[in-house]
Amino acid sequence: MPEELVATIGLETHVQLNTQTKIWCGCSTTFGQEPNTAVCPVCLGYPGSLPVLNGEAIRKTIIAGLLLNCEINLRNKHDRKSYFYPDMPKNYQITQYDQPICIGGRVDYQIEGVAGHVDLTRIHLEEDVGKNTHLAGSSGVDYNRAGTPLMEIVTEPCMHNADEAFAYVQALRRILLYSGVTNGNLEQGNIRCDINCSVAPAGATELGVKTEIKNMNTLKGLHRALSYEMKRQFKCVRDGTPIVQETRRWDDERGVTESMRSKEYAHDYRYLPDPDLMPIVITTEEVESIRAGLPELPADRRVRFVEAFGLPEYDAGLLVADKAVGDYFEATAAAAGDAKAASNWVMNEVLRVLGEGEQEIENFGVTPEQLGALVKLQSDKTVSSTAAKEIFAVLLERDGGDPKAIAEELGKVQTSDTGAIEVFVDQAIEANPGPADEFRSGKENALQFLVGQVMRFSKGQANPQMASEMLRKKLGE
Amino acid sequence: MRPAEQTISELAAKLAAGELSSVQLCQDVLDAIASKDGDIKAYVHVNAEEALAAAAAADQRRADGEAGPLLGIPIGVKDLLAVTGQETRCGSKLLEGFVSPYDATTVSKLREAGAIILGRVNMDEFAMGSTTENSAAQVTRNPANPEHVPGGSSGGSAAAVSGGMAVATLGSDTGGSIRQPASFCGCVGLKPTYGLVSRYGLTAYASSLDQVGPLTKTVADAATVLQAIAGHDPRDSTSLPGEVPDYSKALDGKIEGLTLGVPAEYFAEGLDPEVERSVRAAIATCEAAGATIKDVSLPNTKYAIATYYIIATAEASANLARFDGVRYGARKEGADPISMVCNTRAAGFGAEVKRRIILGTYVLSSGYYDAYYLRAQKVRALIRKDFDTVFADCDAILGPVAPTPAYKIGENVDDPLQMYLGDIYTVPVNLAGICGLSVPCGASEAGLPIGLQIIGPALGESTILRVGSAVESAQSQV
Amino acid sequence: MAEFSDSTEGINVRYVARLARLTLTDAEAAEFQTQLEQIMGYVKQLGEADIDGIEPMAHAIDITNVFRADEPRPSLDRADVIANFPETAQNLVKVPKIIDG
Repeated sequence: MPEELVATIGLETHVQLNTQTKIWCGCSTTFGQEPNTAVCPVCLGYPGSLPVLNGEAIRKTIIAGLLLNCEINLRNKHDRKSYFYPDMPKNYQITQYDQPICIGGRVDYQIEGVAGHVDLTRIHLEEDVGKNTHLAGSSGVDYNRAGTPLMEIVTEPCMHNADEAFAYVQALRRILLYSGVTNGNLEQGNIRCDINCSVAPAGATELGVKTEIKNMNTLKGLHRALSYEMKRQFKCVRDGTPIVQETRRWDDERGVTESMRSKEYAHDYRYLPDPDLMPIVITTEEVESIRAGLPELPADRRVRFVEAFGLPEYDAGLLVADKAVGDYFEATAAAAGDAKAASNWVMNEVLRVLGEGEQEIENFGVTPEQLGALVKLQSDKTVSSTAAKEIFAVLLERDGGDPKAIAEELGKVQTSDTGAIEVFVDQAIEANPGPADEFRSGKENALQFLVGQVMRFSKGQANPQMASEMLRKKLGE
Repeated sequence: MRPAEQTISELAAKLAAGELSSVQLCQDVLDAIASKDGDIKAYVHVNAEEALAAAAAADQRRADGEAGPLLGIPIGVKDLLAVTGQETRCGSKLLEGFVSPYDATTVSKLREAGAIILGRVNMDEFAMGSTTENSAAQVTRNPANPEHVPGGSSGGSAAAVSGGMAVATLGSDTGGSIRQPASFCGCVGLKPTYGLVSRYGLTAYASSLDQVGPLTKTVADAATVLQAIAGHDPRDSTSLPGEVPDYSKALDGKIEGLTLGVPAEYFAEGLDPEVERSVRAAIATCEAAGATIKDVSLPNTKYAIATYYIIATAEASANLARFDGVRYGARKEGADPISMVCNTRAAGFGAEVKRRIILGTYVLSSGYYDAYYLRAQKVRALIRKDFDTVFADCDAILGPVAPTPAYKIGENVDDPLQMYLGDIYTVPVNLAGICGLSVPCGASEAGLPIGLQIIGPALGESTILRVGSAVESAQSQV
Repeated sequence: MAEFSDSTEGINVRYVARLARLTLTDAEAAEFQTQLEQIMGYVKQLGEADIDGIEPMAHAIDITNVFRADEPRPSLDRADVIANFPETAQNLVKVPKIIDG
């Protein structure tokens, strides 16, 4: 009887900080510069060059650490980690080995409404390497990226499937975007994950042999790669094939992980405290001052939405999950003057459209001001709910626009002018004596029919509620 | 005495008085090099054209009203200091072709003071060696006796000064590499307190031990050069903050009332009797000048060489990893990146550099870090403590620079350990991060120079310069 | 972790040289093996030093928090950078093909 196997997964996530300059030198970190133009003796590893720490990189790492529930290590330092690779300008990476800047930490996530969390081991501050490009028969290296400040966020090996890993990275990314310390753009390589995966029988006290899949830079890819690797390892155990401790590469086209072909020499990193850099000593006052200036956390924002806007918990939770969505909602609510209505629109319409198109709200064609204006038109009863949805569709099609102008264009501007409505109500009663009598004798749905007639006569512009009330009054007399 | 053989102090006065132009001075040094360096081979590169142009510019600056002790003075720099537009070869084949796009901070400071960068002088490859025989470029000879080494690793720096081919030079000192060649060649050499002088632009050998310093003809000249190159540098994270004192005030030679320690361990077995004689005579002149001589002990001296060779090689193994032929230097072909790097380093590095890289890699490798590197860092602390204890009662420490006068060329080439043992009196100063000065105090029967080492506490340059000037004037009366 | 005592293991020069990306000839390997064993033998005496309670001296100076402001400084002229590249292609430094990078 095959025993139940359990996968154990840990993630190391590398996050590029959005400082203006690199960690050890004043070269610019702007993405997309011409190759080898944002380089200097320091980030090229020229003889005689020396590193000087960018203070902003420390501050941003502390911000991230506080938002991720870490303890800040008040005394920390940098070490040299030696290995040879063409994209490594010094053939050692300046990183933090035994005294990292943040210790512990925790990230909460939700999978379909069910809460979960991941414990972090540590966060440390290190430097990124250059970028390799495949050429015909050779490789080329661009050192613009070398020296970009990198936070490495390490989880405990506490996840057990790809969904958890996915949810964790998604939640982590949201928090980091809230923090403002990274641009969080996966295509630009701002966030990359290394996955560690092993399998063992359920209840085993020791972990199995682990493999590593490096540099995953899409959430989908991460899920696929990890799912595959878990299955591969399960199969190995069942077939009796030994699992080799190694680094594997994810081939997205073929949908498999494979052993890295080149025979690497065993890594002996030979860590030593970097003699070119002095220790970092942070005071509790400094940490508290940073804490006081932290951007509003999702949890706090949720509470505020409930208290200030009277939103239900669930709705508030949905709106704060993504900082950009929360920002969008608040701006819409301000423009609309009606937070509840705005929240319904954002949740039911905007998020729906984004989900269908797999879009990010940053690229959404309708601005919060425009949506807010539309919401206001509906709240004011200037347009009916149906009309509002039509106008929204037009806004989507046209990638924005003026809701009021579109309403007029479509002829959907309702009147709430009692005098005008009364004319149409009288018309409807006069043209339909039968239904009018039916209503007088107690048939409710005759009223609906008459409201419909009022709408017909008014070419859809009468406010249907007002028409209904007016009919009721007139026929009740 | 021709201008090339005069001191900075003398030349500054003549330049100021208009008796000599910087161009004339520069030309005289170039002429001296042309006539003598064929034999001594101190220089690996002389940039005559640029130097003369810079000299002309210095003359113009003076005409425009500028003054200063280094204005128009030509200086040679050790081949591991970055100078814009020059090949920084560091005595190695591996860096052939590498052109530095920037100036070392010490070089910029000299230029600011109006000094002229005349050329690059020879050294042991990547500053690893005590004789300059490890240079990939050439063998430099001791001007006092061409059969003998000039010392190392700043052998070219010392030979140029003592050989009348430089007014002054910059060298670097990690385990004695300024002081020992100064002693072997008979000039003055100063290793500043760690952190006093910027290391930006100094090709790193051992990052926690390296310092740039002057080699000069007189103590006053050393003070002048130090004044120009010392001071905080924001490009060097290990650079000390704070003001630099006025070192010219330390040159009065007034040492009455100072207490000078003489460590028993520096006068033990292994010290050449001629060296001992000269050094003790120099100590006696200090006593005669009113200083109190005190017997002291530095008990952990015996561990200094082992400590040094673990720490220095460990740091060096990481510092030299960047030399892989990828971004610069003399690349050798390889089918894949790993072989390319291996072939490049195999062909580019000399034997001593390879030895030290292997040693350093070993002591940092998995399982050995605690036993060697960590332990050596702790013994280093003990060595520092020894000095702190002595400096509680003494203003400075006197002793030999090296156990013997200059070796014959080729003498220790096959015995690295024997070579290392010659660093016994100099490495403790680097390990402790304190300052040391070598001042000529005599010569052997065979005419080989002997230096006195004056060791001061951290930021004690004024004290050692003061003692040095006292010893120097006593010498001139001999 | 190695004890600081007589280790029959000792330094394996060929292995360590590989870690440091140094290819040695047989002659070099043999010569260095002898010399480095001798040096390691000399270094062993550090085992006698009394280091109980002593903190390692990682730096010769006692300063902390050396930072710079997050302000851009001029980068190098690409022409100078490329002039130092042993081989160039499309403004990148050209190296033998990197298999799994």
